[in-house]
Amino acid sequence: MATTRRTVEVALATPSLGANGAPQRTALAVGPKGEILAPDLPRGEEPDLGGDHMLINIGPQHPATHGVLRLVLELDGETVVRCIPHIGYLHCGFEKIGEYRQYNQIIPWTDREDYLNSMGNNVAFALSAERLFGVEITPRCTVLRVIAMELSRIISHLVWLGTTAIDIGAFTPFLWTFQERESVYNLWEAWVGARLTTSATRVGGMAADIPDGWLDGLKAFLRSMPKTLDEADRMLTKNGIWVGRTIGLGAMNAAEALDSGLSGPLLRASGVAYDVRKDVPYLDYETYDFDVPVGTRGDVYDRYLVRMEEMRQSVRILEQAVARLPEGPVNVDDPRLILPPKSKATSEMESMIHHFKLVMEGPRPPVGEVYVPVESPKGEKGYYLVSDGTSKPVRWRIRPPAFVNLSAIPRMVEGHLLSDVIAINASIDIVMGEIDR
Amino acid sequence: MSIVFPGAALGAAAPAPVTPRGIPHRGGDVNPSAATLAARFPDAVLRHEVTWGDTTVWIAAPRARQLIQWLRDDAGERYDYLVDVTAVEHRDAMRPLEVVWHLRSLPFRRFLRLKAELDPAAALVAPSISAVYASADWLEREVFDMFGIRFEGHPDLRRILMWESYAEGHPLRKDFPLRGRFSRAEQLSQALAANPEARYSMEELSVADAFHELPEDMKRRLQQQARQVEGA
Repeated sequence: MATTRRTVEVALATPSLGANGAPQRTALAVGPKGEILAPDLPRGEEPDLGGDHMLINIGPQHPATHGVLRLVLELDGETVVRCIPHIGYLHCGFEKIGEYRQYNQIIPWTDREDYLNSMGNNVAFALSAERLFGVEITPRCTVLRVIAMELSRIISHLVWLGTTAIDIGAFTPFLWTFQERESVYNLWEAWVGARLTTSATRVGGMAADIPDGWLDGLKAFLRSMPKTLDEADRMLTKNGIWVGRTIGLGAMNAAEALDSGLSGPLLRASGVAYDVRKDVPYLDYETYDFDVPVGTRGDVYDRYLVRMEEMRQSVRILEQAVARLPEGPVNVDDPRLILPPKSKATSEMESMIHHFKLVMEGPRPPVGEVYVPVESPKGEKGYYLVSDGTSKPVRWRIRPPAFVNLSAIPRMVEGHLLSDVIAINASIDIVMGEIDR
Repeated sequence: MSIVFPGAALGAAAPAPVTPRGIPHRGGDVNPSAATLAARFPDAVLRHEVTWGDTTVWIAAPRARQLIQWLRDDAGERYDYLVDVTAVEHRDAMRPLEVVWHLRSLPFRRFLRLKAELDPAAALVAPSISAVYASADWLEREVFDMFGIRFEGHPDLRRILMWESYAEGHPLRKDFPLRGRFSRAEQLSQALAANPEARYSMEELSVADAFHELPEDMKRRLQQQARQVEGA
């Protein structure tokens, strides 16, 4: 019986090498009903499926790498034998540029490194610079900055939750979390006029006080966000697919996590209760009542639980901050740092000179160096500033938590399956803007 | 699995840390580790200083690894967390380069900055502490990439943020111009002429099948243990 033999060139998953050294391809036969017949292999030339390891690239252009991360994986079948990360595709030389900028001019650059946490970076940089200048910020500014940092933490974790859910195969939570995130961006827009690149702080204060009625918008967010979080919680936490794809993956115990320099939710998921807000407090965090969630297994599932709980604790902190927000000035009363009011700068000679000198020359801190860590959504972030007494820093070093966390990825993925690399990578919560800087 | 609590070595009676206020520019509370370190290694510890509340200890560069290992392992210090490894080059070309280690002791809630000075005219070499803290691996690679400081004993010291065939030098050095050393035209022509295979390190190319598909000259260089794939 004559069958129509349509041959299809199909490369087998693990091709064996032919005599000429090229991967061997096997023609498949298709039967009359379109079914694929068994490959018609010459006797004694079955493909050799074992043995060779395969080299596979994930990224740099791959949606599951959350940016331009490239992982070179050596696979034995589907098991990762070795993982070699490559970074630097987004390197922009932030630290170099910072050496050519005045302190207030660096603040827009901090937006652009960890761009999911731009407001938190602004505050972190201002805290470092203020210690270098030796100024104490006002009580109202302190509370406003707590609000800024905790809202940033929530939206950063919300993006993490949505994108991780997509990576693991759940699309819906992405839409919920991005809707909530949108309302925070509306709040940012009402406060400082920008959504993503906020540049909200200045050395010694904020670019602007919150507008009238802003707190009502924040309270509305604090009412709606926990509901969204509960929905995501109900959908994921006990979901068989979610648990099966996250539990036991990329586990690090406390000693390994400390050795690898992990920080933030990753370190806490591994059972180390280190939170900069509790252990090296800043912005009066010791006066807020909140808990630090800690995991025990240090796997992807625990990191998920820790981040979920952190968002709830941030809501608690925000409620306390809204209740205690004092009246008063936002900026310090220090003409070395703060610009005069615009009305005076355009009408009085002294104020105009003052404005001109501050803008053109910039404030000058004394000789010295500071490192002020803060708890960013990714972990311990800090800006190390070295001053030689001029208006531009000698060195502006970003201590990038995601960079150090990512450096442990070979330790986490080796021995796991290829599909688990995506879940583990997502659990690290990388932002390439911060890693490459 | 037990939970590790920071401040555990201080006892339950120790006061909870609070936000610091009124930190003096110079002076103030000295980290007690500075004195014990100087007593234990009198020949390697040069001096210490407190700036804006943080203690900086200057040490002899070749002894860095030994001192940091001791700080991590000693029961009275327990600096179990490496915060950062970085370097500083001052605008004054006469001043030495500084390698900076930021260490944190979670059990004692201490923060210590170690500095080692390197003569910019001599070879820039410091000992690697990647065997003490795994997290030093990438941090030291970044310092090497940006400043050209070689860390002796590092298992895989190659560029990390710049690509391996980058020939313009080390960007965070003060003599490196903000726009780079090469002209825009030169940078563009180099980027267009770059061989995609140069994006693999020799280590990766040695894996499995990829090796068979290499050009002959690359195989030869690989056998000669060359790390650089493409001529700079």
